Amino acid sequence: MAKAEFETPKLSEYIEVPDLVEGTMEHITCFVAKPEHQEALGFPGEKVENWKEVAIDKMGDLLSRYRSFQVFMDACVKCGSCTDKCHYFLGTQDPKNMPVGRQDLLRKVYRRYFTFAGKYFPKLVGAVDLSEEIIDDWYSYFHQCSQCRRCSVFCPYGIDTAEISMAAREILDSIGVGQKYCNEIIGKVHKIGNNLGLPGPAIVDTLEGLEEDVYEETEVAVKYPLDVKGADILLVTPSADFFAEPHVDGLIGYGKVFHEAGVSWTLSTKASEAGNFGMFIGSYENMRRISLRIREAALELGVKRIVFGECGHAWRIAYSFLNTLAGPFDFLDPDYPVPQHICEFTLNEIEQGALEFDKSENDEMSITFHDSCNVARASRMGDEPGGQFEIPRQVIKAVVNNYHDMEWDTIHERTFCCGGGGGLLTDDLMEVRVKGAKPRMSAFKNVMEEKGVTHLAAICAICKSQFTKVFPYYGMDMFQIVSVHQLVSNAIVMNRKTPPEAAPGYGEDDDE
Amino acid sequence: MSSAYALLFIVATIVLVLGLARKIAQYAKTPAPLKIPTTPAPVTRFGVVLRMFREVVFFESLFKSTKWTWIFSWLFHFGLSLVLLRHLRYFIDPVWLPIQLVQPFGKYAAFAMVAGLVGLLIRRIFVDRVRYISSPSDYLWLLLLLFISVSGATMTFVIHTDVVAVKQFFTGFWTFSGGDLPMDPILLAHLTMVAVLMLLLPVSKLLHIPGIFFSPTRNQVDDPRERRHLVEWARKLEDS
Repeated sequence: MAKAEFETPKLSEYIEVPDLVEGTMEHITCFVAKPEHQEALGFPGEKVENWKEVAIDKMGDLLSRYRSFQVFMDACVKCGSCTDKCHYFLGTQDPKNMPVGRQDLLRKVYRRYFTFAGKYFPKLVGAVDLSEEIIDDWYSYFHQCSQCRRCSVFCPYGIDTAEISMAAREILDSIGVGQKYCNEIIGKVHKIGNNLGLPGPAIVDTLEGLEEDVYEETEVAVKYPLDVKGADILLVTPSADFFAEPHVDGLIGYGKVFHEAGVSWTLSTKASEAGNFGMFIGSYENMRRISLRIREAALELGVKRIVFGECGHAWRIAYSFLNTLAGPFDFLDPDYPVPQHICEFTLNEIEQGALEFDKSENDEMSITFHDSCNVARASRMGDEPGGQFEIPRQVIKAVVNNYHDMEWDTIHERTFCCGGGGGLLTDDLMEVRVKGAKPRMSAFKNVMEEKGVTHLAAICAICKSQFTKVFPYYGMDMFQIVSVHQLVSNAIVMNRKTPPEAAPGYGEDDDE
Repeated sequence: MSSAYALLFIVATIVLVLGLARKIAQYAKTPAPLKIPTTPAPVTRFGVVLRMFREVVFFESLFKSTKWTWIFSWLFHFGLSLVLLRHLRYFIDPVWLPIQLVQPFGKYAAFAMVAGLVGLLIRRIFVDRVRYISSPSDYLWLLLLLFISVSGATMTFVIHTDVVAVKQFFTGFWTFSGGDLPMDPILLAHLTMVAVLMLLLPVSKLLHIPGIFFSPTRNQVDDPRERRHLVEWARKLEDS
């Protein structure tokens, strides 16, 4: 696959709806999963011989198991409401990146094989036979959807392209044409426990390193415990938090918050991944298998609560699906929601007066907040609808002096995807990622110019990695993306001091 | 000729009712295994009823999206609902009071329908994004609805037909004692197109009518942490 040359889009002051240019992203194709990646997940290793039959059968199977898929295939009236809502369309002008354009790639086949009109009057309703070209289109364009659900906000029937693209990817997997990035990662979770394939000892090393760093900085022995039985809280966090920047600064922040709150907590090797790429490929079975690891870890460690770290799609699965996939969690403390988001935890501690902050520690920055799509449009925090917007902002405002929101039509439920979600965070899709980031980059640039904002805070591991990579394409600095709990970490005043003998490394020299 | 029309409407009614019932049964029977409301979403059942009401009556999501499409489609649907209510008078005797009250508005609502449909058609032709996603059937539906509205309005405002005879035909219809339909070309064209609409509705995109009520992103309560949601096929995975 030759590295595609492409031009970074120019940023605009408002959301500009571009003219259509057909085929601009037709050349996009990401690496196909190898047989071993496929088979580990229960999919055929290579494209099966009777792929047409298998694909149609799979479509029928999904139509009978998912009401969303069945209703969404039927209900679209082609009103055009969604056509200018997808960040990939806005950044590429390719009509197959309009939500309905993308859905129609599947819908025209649905109509041909499953509807009266499509069977007998295909031309009239735009129904077509399944062909090699259509499979190629599916593979290309359903891997140009980040499943961000922005289209579903504006659809008069609530049609959610994420559901369609999940179904499409599941059909592709069923005929042996899976995506390498997602399927390889899911295999790692099944085998090792996290997306990065970090084995237990590597995590131990990292956490010990963090303890030393934090002690050096604060002279307080903040613990980053792993696999501690009997701890009250199990923290499940994306594995990127163990080493990637700025993710790890967020993890440092969680530890400081737990320390100051005086609660006992632990990470788990078995549940060393909050992320769950099973959702991206639409596989209930794989998503469930990954979720069950969290249940098992909670049972083995005997914890009372589960808290999730900063990760967007993980929070969707944790909040919306975990109870379904791996519940019931009746063995946990019923006084707390299962699971809780780290922002819910932190804000609660702030409201209890358990945490003290020196906001001036963040004064060299002026912050805006990026609502991650899965948090914004597929989950909640707190008791009220919309808590997912307010709670992270309240946490940020408690620890910084300078905060400004981006334009109203680019935040909250209207937020724009970072461009790298939904299983697209791979270098072979860099062109899609850069172009799809355009609307978010525009809104960020505007708030930088108008309000003097310097940094973008996020609560999603994928968003953070994506912005780190994409900022430079738009002339920004990769360090302009920060974790919310990094800001907390900067400002938190460590009041629970440590006696010298409890410091990490104390007495080690004597043992030698 | 009258009996041919009687037969046509009997068939059309059966197809419409059975066709819709079949699709509704399919939607109702198909499980929704995961909680996927588009959030922020209501956290109570009553809240969902309100959300659905705003969506069905005011097209809330479309309003958020594009004002022109919203104006045209709301004009059309609002006009259509008044016109349909007004048409009840051709099927019931005596005419209920609410239907009598709708009468004056129902007559002029035809103009709202036509205005909305023309707007939607123009948009479909001239906005490149909407043109791209349109199949022949998308234009044909607009044209069919336009012809129905214009022919109906013509009979109301320009060339009147013998509505008393029409009412006798349709009220007698149910008791097989119907009189003769006036052999009025505009009326016959109007009725033929209405019958076509009834016949095709259950196999077309007009399935958005039942579909909206079954859309999981709109009809689900946002309470996954409080209540465990589990469908039958997912429960089977747990047993295995």
